[in-house]
Amino acid sequence: MKRREFMKQASIVAAGTILPMSVIEVAFADNPDGTKSGENFTFAVISDAHLQQIKGTKFVRNWDMGLKRAVAECNLMTPKPDFVLFGGDLAQLGKAAEIDHGAEILSALRSPVKMMMGEHDYYLDLGEHWMKRFGEPHYSFDHKGTHIVVLNSILVDEAWINKWKTPMERMQTMAGLDDPNGSPFMVGLAQREWLKKDLENIPKDTPIIVFSHSPLQKIYKGWNFWTDDAELVQDILKPFDKVNVIYAHVHQIQYNKIGNIAFNSVMSTAWPWPYPETYKKAKSYLPKLTVHMNRADPFFERDATGWQMIDVHSGRVDLHFLLPHNENRIVAYNEKTQQPEDVKYQTEQIPPQKHY
Amino acid sequence: MKKMTMYLYSLIFIAGAVHADEFTQQDLKLWKVEYESVVHKGRKVFIDPKLGTNTVTCNECHPNATNTHPETYPKFQKQLGKVATMAEMINWCIANPLEGKKMALDDPRMIALIAYITEERRGVTLEPGKH
Repeated sequence: MKRREFMKQASIVAAGTILPMSVIEVAFADNPDGTKSGENFTFAVISDAHLQQIKGTKFVRNWDMGLKRAVAECNLMTPKPDFVLFGGDLAQLGKAAEIDHGAEILSALRSPVKMMMGEHDYYLDLGEHWMKRFGEPHYSFDHKGTHIVVLNSILVDEAWINKWKTPMERMQTMAGLDDPNGSPFMVGLAQREWLKKDLENIPKDTPIIVFSHSPLQKIYKGWNFWTDDAELVQDILKPFDKVNVIYAHVHQIQYNKIGNIAFNSVMSTAWPWPYPETYKKAKSYLPKLTVHMNRADPFFERDATGWQMIDVHSGRVDLHFLLPHNENRIVAYNEKTQQPEDVKYQTEQIPPQKHY
Repeated sequence: MKKMTMYLYSLIFIAGAVHADEFTQQDLKLWKVEYESVVHKGRKVFIDPKLGTNTVTCNECHPNATNTHPETYPKFQKQLGKVATMAEMINWCIANPLEGKKMALDDPRMIALIAYITEERRGVTLEPGKH
């Protein structure tokens, strides 16, 4: 057993509270007159499981283990999350068998589950099976004074959808993150109109949380760390005092602030991705605020994967990243600087490894 | 194509015997074509779900061959406990995440993989032994 692993296991025995997942706490400060402005709450995000069918009932073991562990540990969390959002890419190649396999594993969760669509769930049958299992891919709900929106941000134009010989060819092209024949994602006009309507009667001081699979900001187009109409969606969110966008897809920790909108990414349970700037042949724009994760050790298969508990407080989110084989991290909203920051590493590089 | 290549090779051999030190534009073009065809083949192996046994491909974890650091090999690969070449690390990946069978180090697919991975890293300073 390696030291890092031993330390982690030892502390589990000692404290019984170290859980590899991201907890998100939404907390509300009291108003100056002593009244509560809303309730604090906690939810969890599990994402990017990429369950990959080999044949029949055989699936890639490594990816299965990531999701199973996230589900098991989510069930042990204290406080129990109010709900668990699955951030998309339940399947690898959009197959019904993969989606059903994922639904079965997620069915063990003891908290209410909310689902979001990822491109790996969509481009085989254009979401048909996923929608049969989980319903509409965009919706909103209110929770303890916060308005929560789930978007389907992985849409592309019709011409791209129809240019392929077979649905599987289309799916495989979109599944290759670095495939040059992919297409940039968008939320699209219809959903933007829906969002405008959805937010029409929401008071501007209501905290908003928007979930999207792809980042609602532009980081690197080559890997679709990108949403083509990101600025148009941001414009719809701008009038609100406190907006939090939580996105998946990138398999790494990223965070940023644009105007009133705080951005946070969540981890994948399956495998980590390098930061886009490590690809030296192309320019990318990772938000400067982000303190990089350290490099994954491939000999520990869960290293640099993870899940998160999220605290919501004063309408802002704190992400507690639970990272097996790695030091857990907390990216919290700093009320002083008015931006998300790593509570430990914001001013220094995480030792000992750099990405290059 | 193969026949054509062999024919070109023999032409070069004959020409080479006459002017041992001179590369012609035709030489350079041929070598470039040969090299690029192997890089292209390497990309195909890199995204081939049949390289291992579990349909996992190299580019699932390494988009554009990132996080492979070909310029740092040979280096002490702490997990293997010795100074290793990139080919040995590639074989580790094939045997573990891809649950496949290791290749001979001079397997044409191995050479193609290294060609592709290194090409994606073109321009980065060579730093053997770096971590």
